[in-house]
Amino acid sequence: MSLIEINVMRSRVRGLRTIIYMVSDLDIRKTIVDIAFKCGESAHIGGSLSMVELLNVLFGEVLKHRPVEPEWPDRDLFILSKGHAVLGYLAVLHLYGYFDADKLATFQADGSDLIAHPVKKLQLGIESSNGSLGQGLSFGLGLALGMELKNEDRRVYVMLGDGECNEGSVWETAALAAERGTNRLCAIVDENHFRNDGAVTTYANKIKLAGIWRAFGWNVIEIDGHDREQICGAFAAARAYEEGPTAIVASTVKGRGIDFMEANNDWHHNRITSNVYKDCLRALGLETVDG
Amino acid sequence: MVEISKRNARTWSRMGIRAIYGQALAGYAAENPNVIAVSADLGRSSGLDRFSKEYPNQFINTGIAEQNMVGVAAGLARSGFDVFASTFAPFASMRASEQVRMNMGYMGEPVKLVALGSGFAMGLLGNSHYGLEDLAVMRAIPGLTIVSPADCAEIYKTLEACIGHRKPVYIRLTGGVNCPIVYEEDYDFQLGKAVWIKPAADITLVSAGTTVGHCRSAADALAGEGFTIGVLNMHTIKPLDKEALAHAAAVSCTLIVVEEHMRTGGLGSAVLEFFAEVGAPRCRIVTYGIPDRYGETGTYPYMLKTSGLDADGIARLIKRETANA
Ligand SMILES: Cc1ncc(C[n+]2csc(CCOP(=O)(O)OP(=O)(O)O)c2C)c(N)n1
Repeated sequence: MSLIEINVMRSRVRGLRTIIYMVSDLDIRKTIVDIAFKCGESAHIGGSLSMVELLNVLFGEVLKHRPVEPEWPDRDLFILSKGHAVLGYLAVLHLYGYFDADKLATFQADGSDLIAHPVKKLQLGIESSNGSLGQGLSFGLGLALGMELKNEDRRVYVMLGDGECNEGSVWETAALAAERGTNRLCAIVDENHFRNDGAVTTYANKIKLAGIWRAFGWNVIEIDGHDREQICGAFAAARAYEEGPTAIVASTVKGRGIDFMEANNDWHHNRITSNVYKDCLRALGLETVDG
Repeated sequence: MVEISKRNARTWSRMGIRAIYGQALAGYAAENPNVIAVSADLGRSSGLDRFSKEYPNQFINTGIAEQNMVGVAAGLARSGFDVFASTFAPFASMRASEQVRMNMGYMGEPVKLVALGSGFAMGLLGNSHYGLEDLAVMRAIPGLTIVSPADCAEIYKTLEACIGHRKPVYIRLTGGVNCPIVYEEDYDFQLGKAVWIKPAADITLVSAGTTVGHCRSAADALAGEGFTIGVLNMHTIKPLDKEALAHAAAVSCTLIVVEEHMRTGGLGSAVLEFFAEVGAPRCRIVTYGIPDRYGETGTYPYMLKTSGLDADGIARLIKRETANA
């Protein structure tokens, strides 16, 4: 039994106390690769791997949440606006104890509710249906405004892709959130420099993504999205900032952790065959069954 | 126009609807520099990869910005280009619907808006990516022609008919890889003119998109059991081919409209609206489509099967409806 499983079991016994698990980034990457392989279908792998450290810090150290009581009214909320990266999200939800391996194994099976995009299901810790890019931030702002009106000590975190930031709706929300000074809202931009058809050329030359968020009046924190310390620091700074919303613009590598997937957009959406699976394990430094 | 043959039809079907869209458009772009493809970052998902590399001056990626895509396409169309703008069905028809309304409807700019992966074709990507309501939205916009090709050959035919056609068109692509083959030889295709796949009979099926092929398979399967079933390919959903419908209603006892779309607002509704206007025919009219809810999801074949829209399901529907008659 792994450390994680033991922790999850303990948490069931101990009930409602919030527990900080020792989920490693490697556990998450291994889980991503496992389910992508087992489902036997194409899945969004690159953009799942790029946000592993960000999600791990978020779920491990930042979010106020209770996996054993997913609908706990005082919880913080996380919205995966770049919904296609659901694989990374589900791996994290599973490892943090929201659902077991059997449930996870239904990923992309006919009739399952764990499909290629998040489907709202509060019992599983999934707050929002996504997949249509550019919609999560406005929903998140609404949630944050609701918390503000009700004077609740809760926060909303929304994960966006850099390609997703092409959508005009993102910037409509950005302007409104700054105008309202909504400090309960934190956007995390996984800037991995690729979208579906290749590089995110929009923000490659004349305009820089972090600069736009700044121009829209947000508190912008630029970090290396794979550096745990920087990520922790950014979330702490976001929490401490009271004037308005914070955008953590995290520079990341699409496909991070598996050398042949890194910055190789063939792995934006692709199938892991058994040969590729072995290569993945090797790349992660894990033994393969046949050595 | 490439040759429609048994062999080509088989190759195309294997490659699938979206790949053939890109391949066909690249073929037309090669002969005609007036043809421009615009994509909202889904070139790779619509066979336009090669197009973008070979004809970079005829290709624009607007980024993941569908509303912007429709507006830009409209401006280019006004400038005289044959503009084909594509993204997944819900983003084309609903994310950008008000841009479609102003630019293509109100101003009549002759954009060809191509809805990729409509119906259940996006399979495991789920409800966010399905095109289940697009016809209802697009049909309500005056001035749009709406076409849904039955197979890959008909994609070639549709694109050919659209080039030089200075009116706005919404092209709804259903079907995936290994889509049903309807045409194995050349045939006469005109926008607005339905095609009889099997002549009108006691029971006549009216359909559009790749569902036409499933309807034909169902009709073939039931032929052995003594049914004679007509199949009408209403590839142009707007404007409807009223003559063909009137003929079907005059010949048939039961007319069944089958579609990969919500029962609300699609082809079935269009047919019912038509008969409400011209008077009820003596035949019974049945509309069959997707019930009014967001259901569970799965692979494309699974979705067709569970919603009764594959050949088996359509055959069962025919038996059910004729037993009731
Ligand atoms: C509104 C909308 N348009 C298009 C798509 C299709 N799509 C899915 S993922 C993707 C690229 C996303 O790029 P990015 O946001 O940078 O994500 P990442 O590279 O992190 O995977 C596109 C265009 C979509 N899901 N939603």
